[in-house]
Amino acid sequence: MKRERTEVLVVGGGPAGLAAAEAAAGAGRSVMLLDDNPRLGGQLWRADVRDAQSPHGREVDGRRRRLAAAGVVVRMATTVIDAEAPTRLWAHCADELLHLHADRVVLASGARELLLPFPGWTRPGVFGVGGLQALVKAGLDVDGRRVVVAGTGPLLLAVASALRRKGAKIVHVLEQTSRARLARFGLGLWRTPSKLTQGLSLMLRGGALPLRAGAWPCEAHGDPTLRRVTVTDARGSTSTIECDLLACGFGLVPQTRLARLLSCEVDDGVVVDALQRTSVPNVFAAGELCGIGGHEKALVEGQIAGLAAAGQLRSARALAGSRRRALAFARRLARDFALRDALRRLVTDDTIVCRCEDVPWSHVRDHTDARHTKLTTRCGMGPCQGRVCQPALAYLLGHGPDRPRPPLRPVPLGVLAELRTTIEGTAR
Amino acid sequence: MTLDCDVVVVGAGIVGAACALRLAERGEAVVVVDRASPAGGATAAGMGHIVVMDGSEAQLDLTVSSRALWREHVGSMPDAVEYDPCGTLWIATDEEELATAEVKREVLRARGVEADLLTAAAVAEAEPGLCGGLAGGLRVPGDAVVYQPGATRWLLQRAVQAGAQLRPPVAVERVGDGRVALRDGTTLRARHVVVAAGGQTAALLETRALDDAIRPRKGHLAITSRAPGTCRHQLVELGYGRSAHGHAAESVAFNLQPRRTGQVLVGSSRQYGATDASVEPGVLGRMLRRAVALMPALAHLLIVRTWAGFRPATSDGLPLVGPLPHDPTVVLAAGHEGLGITTSMGTAALVEAIIHGAPSSVALAPFAPARAMAGGVGA
Amino acid sequence: MPDHICIRVDGVEHRVGAGTSVAAALWNAGVRAFRVSPSGAPRAPACGMGTCFECRVTIDGRPDTLSCQTPCREGMEVRTAHEA
Ligand SMILES: Cc1cc2nc3c(=O)[nH]c(=O)nc-3n(C[C@H](O)[C@H](O)[C@H](O)COP(=O)(O)OP(=O)(O)OC[C@H]3O[C@@H](n4cnc5c(N)ncnc54)[C@H](O)[C@@H]3O)c2cc1C
Ligand SMILES: Cc1cc2nc3c(=O)[nH]c(=O)nc-3n(C[C@H](O)[C@H](O)[C@H](O)COP(=O)(O)OP(=O)(O)OC[C@H]3O[C@@H](n4cnc5c(N)ncnc54)[C@H](O)[C@@H]3O)c2cc1C
Ligand code: FES
Repeated sequence: MKRERTEVLVVGGGPAGLAAAEAAAGAGRSVMLLDDNPRLGGQLWRADVRDAQSPHGREVDGRRRRLAAAGVVVRMATTVIDAEAPTRLWAHCADELLHLHADRVVLASGARELLLPFPGWTRPGVFGVGGLQALVKAGLDVDGRRVVVAGTGPLLLAVASALRRKGAKIVHVLEQTSRARLARFGLGLWRTPSKLTQGLSLMLRGGALPLRAGAWPCEAHGDPTLRRVTVTDARGSTSTIECDLLACGFGLVPQTRLARLLSCEVDDGVVVDALQRTSVPNVFAAGELCGIGGHEKALVEGQIAGLAAAGQLRSARALAGSRRRALAFARRLARDFALRDALRRLVTDDTIVCRCEDVPWSHVRDHTDARHTKLTTRCGMGPCQGRVCQPALAYLLGHGPDRPRPPLRPVPLGVLAELRTTIEGTAR
Repeated sequence: MTLDCDVVVVGAGIVGAACALRLAERGEAVVVVDRASPAGGATAAGMGHIVVMDGSEAQLDLTVSSRALWREHVGSMPDAVEYDPCGTLWIATDEEELATAEVKREVLRARGVEADLLTAAAVAEAEPGLCGGLAGGLRVPGDAVVYQPGATRWLLQRAVQAGAQLRPPVAVERVGDGRVALRDGTTLRARHVVVAAGGQTAALLETRALDDAIRPRKGHLAITSRAPGTCRHQLVELGYGRSAHGHAAESVAFNLQPRRTGQVLVGSSRQYGATDASVEPGVLGRMLRRAVALMPALAHLLIVRTWAGFRPATSDGLPLVGPLPHDPTVVLAAGHEGLGITTSMGTAALVEAIIHGAPSSVALAPFAPARAMAGGVGA
Repeated sequence: MPDHICIRVDGVEHRVGAGTSVAAALWNAGVRAFRVSPSGAPRAPACGMGTCFECRVTIDGRPDTLSCQTPCREGMEVRTAHEA
């Protein structure tokens, strides 16, 4: 077990974490930033391995250089797996266990995609939307492939156009929200002038992509790899289309597991005040973790959290206006892309709900208690520990999250065996 | 006074479930009450090892008879029970433990329990993943493993088929004089109340004399991802007996269980004084270091989850089974410590014998609650 | 850094672009059963970001490694469910 000490520890290397690290370092603190991905940038700024000159790649490179210049220690492929106290965390990196002791911790662990079960969603060839995007950036080849992009949110169009630039043939972009709501969202964009929204409004107006609002996939067919997708809409009409890949994601959910392990108060996301302080002293949170709202919210929240963690409360407060505007955008996102009820009825009795343990809907649908469901059916007991099925069942059945237990991510037993307490007489 | 039923069973852990079934099959009108979904207490947190233990004569009696009762159902238990007759392999790490193994073999054989001493080479052949340099082992082929939440539901389902009624979750506040007061304001009346509320049992009674009789003894476990064939028996170090029967504030022992999924359940720790169910990194680390020391191949298996639960422990290691001296309507069935999965079956037989005044093959006296009462009987 | 590196997938050599993740490389090589689920169904990456654990393969002898979180390295040995 290796021990390291830092003043500010930032968990997560997406926009929020990068901004927090830079702000705290700028205020003169020693800062360490870690992320479980092999590459910096989080989900949005994930670099493209085949295109170092992409705008995202350049953004991340620039930030990486600034962090290096400010002396920030960046550790990639490093995962927090347990906590001894809110500011004493254990992380796993390349078979080594690190004990990280900080004065302040900034959580910026972001969000993951909400994948909803429907018949055939487990077939090879069915991905999340951000999921396919991430894989393509990591080198997955879509040149000449027929792709259906489906689900909800501004991500659909952004990903569809990125895939098209890689040579994919976009067969459909299916947005579950209605045409009217989509139009309302598009009209609202002028209120948030920024790079992201400019791009989006261009795409919405341009209409170059085969966008269909108020429609969603209801079955993925194949043998077993994906071949066709059946699409339906509010009127109940269905059609089946041939395709090679289906990218389907129903928005994002905050990754609150670490925050919950540290006993931070959580509702829709980690609860924070205007200075991004959580309910636990010395623990801050920023970005999608505190509620879904896009990268501009993440940047400003990260900056506030970094400054506040460094004790620069006045500078942190000066950013209140930007934070308010970002939060207003987040509210519009939630309102205009709210999931329609029909999506709850896509599952059939034999649709797999827990992908790790192959638990079908018929086994879980009558349980209201998440813990009982788990003990009775094995739903959520696999290596992903409910990362996929728990948010889906929260949506379908109102299940609450289970209690986070170490390791926060599966690790080799030999690594966990290195756990040793460093403080006497302290539980978590 | 009109009765709501013959017997109310408080607690739908494995002990309450086994008692409900036994009594319902005897023709009693049984009502089972739990504050939560069945099998969610200590029963959800433990290992499902069905094992003969020889910590005392009475413990041996109860575990031998219980194991025989489990074995009566081989072939008729549904899949969800995951009954696996894998047997126990007790590991002797040195000559002293091997001597213990020899004594244990004689004790078990005297009770008709099959047990074979294995040489170091035979242990290595039986369990190739174990480390070298062991002294030998003792194989008890009749021991088994179950998935105890599944077993509990199976017992309850059969109880319901035999006429028992399982109430929707509601907490019990007080028990005494043939009455069970529920949190929702209802009072149930019955000839007998079987209190099988595990570690919460004493708090429900009118007497305070048993408040210190059942103490929580915390235990940690860890489960791996699927790795079929890692071990074939439930593997326990003979030093486990020291950990289980000793009273050290904190101890860990090597205890591995092959699950039917191909996973390995890794145990275990024993701690007095802890009341919070969070996983303690220091204890977990120690427990896992002991596991890798004896089975190095475990090091590269992934741990997917760890947890901790509480064994309801008594000071002499025996459960409290029997009527309260001052209120024979209340029959306790609690305090099974680390053996409640095994001894649920035998406990139910004792409870049936007590309620029906029938003869019991296992002596009742060692389990009588009176022995654990502060200030003597009836205080 | 060279443009291409070689990895072995179920014993067969593949040339992949430098920096490619193992998940992307396997998909490009036509692998569709990264792992087999408990009931025997083939599974392939879904989330691309280390959430779903569907992309588990054995890499250099280590079982259950997330291929979407692992960049290809020269000489890497990958085994998929196909081989298991
Ligand atoms: C034989 C066996 C095999 C098992 N195999 C597996 C397996 O393969 N994979 C696996 O994942 N599990 C497995 N389990 C474990 C099982 O799912 C439970 O984890 C275990 O029963 C213990 O529960 P728990 O305390 O960890 O948490 P839970 O079952 O989740 O219950 C914890 C309780 O804490 C409450 N709670 C929730 N959040 C918090 C919080 N932040 N703070 C405090 N309380 C909170 C919940 O409401 C709940 O009542 C197995 C169990 C057994 C008996
Ligand atoms: C780590 C660990 C490993 C173990 N390994 C083994 C093993 O390998 N083999 C073995 O035989 N045993 C093992 N055990 C022991 C075994 O799990 C317990 O002895 C057994 O589960 C006790 O069962 P129970 O029914 O008495 O208690 P519980 O399962 O705790 O049931 C008590 C029930 O009473 C209910 N209750 C409590 N208060 C109230 C109230 N006021 N109103 C209504 N209901 C209430 C609870 O909700 C609960 O459902 C292990 C235990 C642990 C912790
Ligand atoms: S694709 Fe989901 S974890 Fe790798």
